[in-house]
Amino acid sequence: MTAVQQHSDTQDVGSTASGGGAVETHPVRRRRRRRLTGATFIPWLFLLPAALIFLVFKFIPMAEGIRLSLFEVRPFLGDIFVGFKNYATILQDEKFLTASWHTVVLAGGQTLGAMLIGFFLALLLEGHAKSLWFVRSAVFLPVVAATAVIGEIWRLFFYPAPEGFLNEVISWVGLGPWEYIHNTDTSLVSVMFVGIWKHAPYDMVLILAGLAGIDRQQYEAAAIDGASTPQRIWNVTLPALRPVITILLTLAAIRGLRVFTEVYVLTGGGPAGSTDVWMTRVYTTAFEQSEAGLASAGSVLLFLVTLILTVSVQWYRRRKEAR
Amino acid sequence: MSVNSSRFDSAIGWSTRPDAWFSKGIRFILSALAVILFCGPLLVIFSGAFDHNPDPTKLSVIPDSPSLINFKVAGENKIWDYLANSLVIAGGALLLQLAVSVFAAYALARKKFRGQAIALLVILATMMLPEEVIAIPLSLVIGDLPLVHVSLKGTLLGVILPLGAWGFSIFVMTEFMKEIPAELEEAAKVDGAGELRLFAQIILPLCKPALGVIAVFGFNMIWEQYLLPLIVAADPSDYTLTVALLALRSDDMVGTGIVLAGALLALVPSLVVYLSLQKSFLRGITTGAIKG
Repeated sequence: MTAVQQHSDTQDVGSTASGGGAVETHPVRRRRRRRLTGATFIPWLFLLPAALIFLVFKFIPMAEGIRLSLFEVRPFLGDIFVGFKNYATILQDEKFLTASWHTVVLAGGQTLGAMLIGFFLALLLEGHAKSLWFVRSAVFLPVVAATAVIGEIWRLFFYPAPEGFLNEVISWVGLGPWEYIHNTDTSLVSVMFVGIWKHAPYDMVLILAGLAGIDRQQYEAAAIDGASTPQRIWNVTLPALRPVITILLTLAAIRGLRVFTEVYVLTGGGPAGSTDVWMTRVYTTAFEQSEAGLASAGSVLLFLVTLILTVSVQWYRRRKEAR
Repeated sequence: MSVNSSRFDSAIGWSTRPDAWFSKGIRFILSALAVILFCGPLLVIFSGAFDHNPDPTKLSVIPDSPSLINFKVAGENKIWDYLANSLVIAGGALLLQLAVSVFAAYALARKKFRGQAIALLVILATMMLPEEVIAIPLSLVIGDLPLVHVSLKGTLLGVILPLGAWGFSIFVMTEFMKEIPAELEEAAKVDGAGELRLFAQIILPLCKPALGVIAVFGFNMIWEQYLLPLIVAADPSDYTLTVALLALRSDDMVGTGIVLAGALLALVPSLVVYLSLQKSFLRGITTGAIKG
């Protein structure tokens, strides 16, 4: 992910890959001939399709979004330049502020919850046995199922009546009945729960990879020193997993901030805006209230937050590695 | 204290001795619980889709009165049209994505040229640009493409083209192509192979494992798309299957069974792709996904 590293790697490989035996004997003549045959221009030809798609469908929309965020967009009437007024409006908008709070709670809860469950799953399912491999494959299925599909089935489970499926299940242990996504008090937690359910197995796979890299002798040494299992996990396993956990936290936090589909499918932001997150608010502003300028300002703000988050985590990691 | 080394095959120290009934029993029960918790809900989709009249209060893993009626009624609600939309988008966008990634990666991994660092940075930037963030202006761009002034609104191409290039795939492919020894290329060049032959006959066949990885990730990414098909659609007949599910559910005339039949049709392709390319998928997560 580090751009600088990536860059230097490419150059190393590139120089060995493209330099032929002829370069050493006739460097000058060789270079001239290569320029004529288009050695500098062929790579760009290969990059052209990607560049074109990125330009039209990523960078132009981004630029357009920044431009629109400074305008009051009036279809057919002509846009009016309003400076940073849209930003001011959004930052003072009660609904956007509530939505930003929901977004942070949801992103934080899902990130931590998924990692915790993923960690326990990984501890449970670590090993080489074929049966464990089977269980891991089965547990992983929620990750590959589309969010829209998952939303439909969980909506059914969340049936609010006492005889609803999940209420039935929790009544066995003396809980409920709850109304889940249909009650303003429990709706956000219910959405969070579905997110944890979908993302925990993904975290499990990454944590399993981290577990596999731990030196077994450290476990033995800890056991010989008389450490109990919890002590061993706390003092040997967790420190070794730190890089994986950092990556997971960053990825999940960024993913969490831009959450849209889960909320849109499960609750549409309701009831009474109790699960409204930043992107559902932006969507409503753009497509239901037709305020493209305001919505663009909302998008740009979200982009800035994710950018700051990514860059600061990178910077923090770099500084730690440098030490 | 005696130390059994096989005890440390796992962090928690699960015993693998044949006589460790307690450890094995606990592990079995917990694993079974995990499978029920994470697979059960998906199984309920299967049973509900084939159940004559599934009751949201009595969901089960086995249909009460098995029938295909849900699919028939779902068909009357144009479910097959939505599925066709989804499949055309998935197929088209995936092929485009694979081709674009392989081409770009070839340049980035096997060539040295001016502006390479910038090209890499630009691709990295696209990965930092969440697709949700550009959704609103993107809907305007799709309605009026720059320069050519063509509207892709309400077309499948309007969903396919924006998905045609993905920074993640390009990076995974680039990393993989870097590993191919330069000698192979040298030998082919000596034999007089041109640029395209070099690419198609030497490099590409060696990239099959990485192609599997980016294919399964690409499919997943495309199938998961929700906001994009939603904003490109001009009217409900343009919806993909996943987007149509919500519209189906909101229709009071449509029962739970029909929604579940749609959900099942949207679930099966992901399961097929995952189960057939599972190794690629898990490898991709642990090696490449870290970059995503």
